[in-house]
Amino acid sequence: MQTIDMASTELRELNSTLQAQSKKTDDAEWVIENTRGAHALAVGLDAPIKVTVKGSTGYYCAGMNKQADVHVTGSVGPGVAENMISGSVIVEGDASQYAGATGHGGLLVIKGNASSRCGISMKGIDIVVHGNVGHMSAFMAQSGNLVILGDAGDALGDSLYEARLFVRGKVKSLGADCIEKEMRPEHLEFLADILKRAGADAKPEEFKRYGSARKLYNFNVDHADEY
Amino acid sequence: MCGIVGLFLKKDDLRPRLGDLLTDMLITMTDRGPDSAGIAIYGDAADGLKMTIQSATPDEHFDGLEETLTALLRAPVRMRVIDTHAVLTLPEGSEAEVRAFMAEKGIRVMGVGDSMEIFKEVGLPKDVAARFGIRQMAGSHGIGHTRMATESAVTTLGAHPFSTDENQCLVHNGSLSNHNRMRRELARKGFAPQTENDTEVAACYISSRLAEGANLGEALDGTLQDLDGFFTFVVGTKNGFGVVRDPIACKPAVMAETEDYVAFGSEYRAFAGLPGIETARVWEPEPATVYFWER
Repeated sequence: MQTIDMASTELRELNSTLQAQSKKTDDAEWVIENTRGAHALAVGLDAPIKVTVKGSTGYYCAGMNKQADVHVTGSVGPGVAENMISGSVIVEGDASQYAGATGHGGLLVIKGNASSRCGISMKGIDIVVHGNVGHMSAFMAQSGNLVILGDAGDALGDSLYEARLFVRGKVKSLGADCIEKEMRPEHLEFLADILKRAGADAKPEEFKRYGSARKLYNFNVDHADEY
Repeated sequence: MCGIVGLFLKKDDLRPRLGDLLTDMLITMTDRGPDSAGIAIYGDAADGLKMTIQSATPDEHFDGLEETLTALLRAPVRMRVIDTHAVLTLPEGSEAEVRAFMAEKGIRVMGVGDSMEIFKEVGLPKDVAARFGIRQMAGSHGIGHTRMATESAVTTLGAHPFSTDENQCLVHNGSLSNHNRMRRELARKGFAPQTENDTEVAACYISSRLAEGANLGEALDGTLQDLDGFFTFVVGTKNGFGVVRDPIACKPAVMAETEDYVAFGSEYRAFAGLPGIETARVWEPEPATVYFWER
């Protein structure tokens, strides 16, 4: 296990060291200390390594992640795990705005609350939030799954495409074109698996599923007068 | 962008370190706002009224000012000059007369109160803090701002905090879109903004609501109905400290609370040096929700 102390390491040095791991896998475990809320920690990784970030971070932690498993022991600022391709990012604390935005794959777990715009424009990522999410979460979400154990804020799933949303708590309001849908066996099966992988203590039967009504996919000529 | 920091002490133990802690918080927010910086600090109550003034030509304006004011008011006036600013201690009831005097001389009044002092200038936060010796200042609470200007020029008067009534000040991250209409409405109520800056309109709005009898929470709640645009506001009053974000809440905000203090920062980085931050309750303030603490 290698330890990098941010009190004596430049951010670029940290990231280039971790990014260089793609070609060798001898150093499979890394610990980053003294983060002090720094931005862009552990970004652009592309190797099957485990990175533990001790403490809280600022903007864009673990952005563009591929293959790596990143574990943050504190809270994260805006844009955690933005555009993730694969691997996993686990946050013990809260996440600020647009957690997991535009993610194509992998698993993002927020053990606290996520604030507004969680999973905005998600494209295949799976996101599990143990607490609540803020307003406009899963806005224009295209595919993937957003699983919320707590409550969702206003306008959940506004202008949604084919992402699936599962909420155990209350939904303050649904966004345009987002509706509740029936929970089928394959959804319960999926939830059972992802809840287990996300270390979440919840039963699949407790969730409701939401998805796109697909009314915004095509222009409706009856609405022509509204423009 | 812009950066905001705030620290409200719940106990007296940290009072001597308030300026030191706030200075580190402010400097950490430099890359959010390198244009100018300012801080309002609520220190010891003066024996009279404190007025913070500022001059572009302090050598000329402040020379002999203490004696001139003492003669004018026929009562002792004390003056502490700190770089381009000076803090005057005036006899109660003399504010209007002194304001008229300052206006005539072209000296700017930054704020008035029995404990509040305001220091703001163009330049990097570390330089601004050093010029005014913020690190050495003690107090119960304070708010600071690092500015990246969008709506008005980079000038001393365009820097935050804005103080538009006794013991009140406000800092802002964002931009308001209905400030011109609000400006006219506030002027009719006797709270005319002195600058072209949109943030000063918000400060005047809160002052007008407090003058009408609202408490700090109600005044902050009113911003959600009456002000349009993007904002995270942090407000200081003699005994209080409040926070509100607009409903869209795209301007970042994070708060921390321990038994000793409540802290506000645009980013968590601002908290990294605070005592006991490792075990503090840290959370993001909800959109369109008013938070305030009063002692």
